[in-house]
Amino acid sequence: MTYTGLPASVEAIRRVRQDPHRLGHRAHGPGEPVEGTGHGGTGPASKRIIVGYGFWIFLLSDIVIFACFFAAFAVQRGATAGGPTIGEIVDIRRVGFETAALLLSSYTCMLSFAATNARNRLWTEIFLLLTGLLGLVFVALELWEFVELAGRGITPQRSGMLTSFFGLVGLHGLHVTLGGLWLATMMAQVLLKGFRREIIHRLICFNLFWHALDIVWIGIFTIVYLMGSGA
Amino acid sequence: MSTPDLDPRLHAGALDHRDDHAPGDEPLEDVGHWVRNANLGLGFSIVLTVAAFLLAGSNIIYAPAVPVALIVLAIAQMGVHLVFFLHITTGPDNTNNVLALAFGVLVVALIVVGSIWIMDHLNQNMMPMEQLMRMQP
Repeated sequence: MTYTGLPASVEAIRRVRQDPHRLGHRAHGPGEPVEGTGHGGTGPASKRIIVGYGFWIFLLSDIVIFACFFAAFAVQRGATAGGPTIGEIVDIRRVGFETAALLLSSYTCMLSFAATNARNRLWTEIFLLLTGLLGLVFVALELWEFVELAGRGITPQRSGMLTSFFGLVGLHGLHVTLGGLWLATMMAQVLLKGFRREIIHRLICFNLFWHALDIVWIGIFTIVYLMGSGA
Repeated sequence: MSTPDLDPRLHAGALDHRDDHAPGDEPLEDVGHWVRNANLGLGFSIVLTVAAFLLAGSNIIYAPAVPVALIVLAIAQMGVHLVFFLHITTGPDNTNNVLALAFGVLVVALIVVGSIWIMDHLNQNMMPMEQLMRMQP
């Protein structure tokens, strides 16, 4: 046997360099229990994890509700009852601006959380304000679209396709509006209460909510608007 | 008025790499990490969104393939959002988040695919409209 492996310490250093966060090599089972991991030895996980995870479950169930509306739209797509088709009511330019506003608001939302993690109150507020303004632009554009369509006699009761269209897009718009109210509340709480632990938990949840809304919007602009404009 | 804000375990050093993470949250990372992630996420999203909008209004690729291409781009962008904005990773600190997400995706797929499948078959098997009209007394 001429093969000699690396000394154990060199091997360990190589492993740490390749995988600095030890992902995939976390000690499980025997070994001293770590406080707050929720692995049974030392009581439940920390509140920060439980709050975030619980909100994640809520968001997934919210996405299931959106899935029902998506399914309704997919089924009703051709049910125009002699009225306008989806291709005739789509204004691609406006959808482009809506998408840009929502994507940028997702970006500033994340920057606000970076500022929160650095405990910088001013930048947290500035980025939250930007997020809110971009959200407002989005809602305004969508309202403008609905008003314009209604002016042309295109309302939810016209056909099955329009019912599911206004239902799906309107539900998302409602979520963004309520998210905006939540955002204003969070700005006031950060201003008055500072970065208390429960305030940070709420900011984590708000971030998750806002990003999830952007994910739903990806589905809407692809399936409803872009695929509709080609049809 | 505001109490010491940081998680006390962060000061005590008790919060270690073995801690689980909630989605969208990585308590131990510095600002640069967050900003870098946000920039990457925004960059990828812009590329994918612009690609989708360009494809939809043109005939760059074979026309019947456009819807499939759009759906692929949308799923890619959802993945980008999950990774860079929601911080879902494959690490063991994220197992719970990924499992919950997998179950959510399963339910969504069942609802959407199931609805389209069933309603399409009902539609196929329905009597044509004129025939239905003729049967009216």
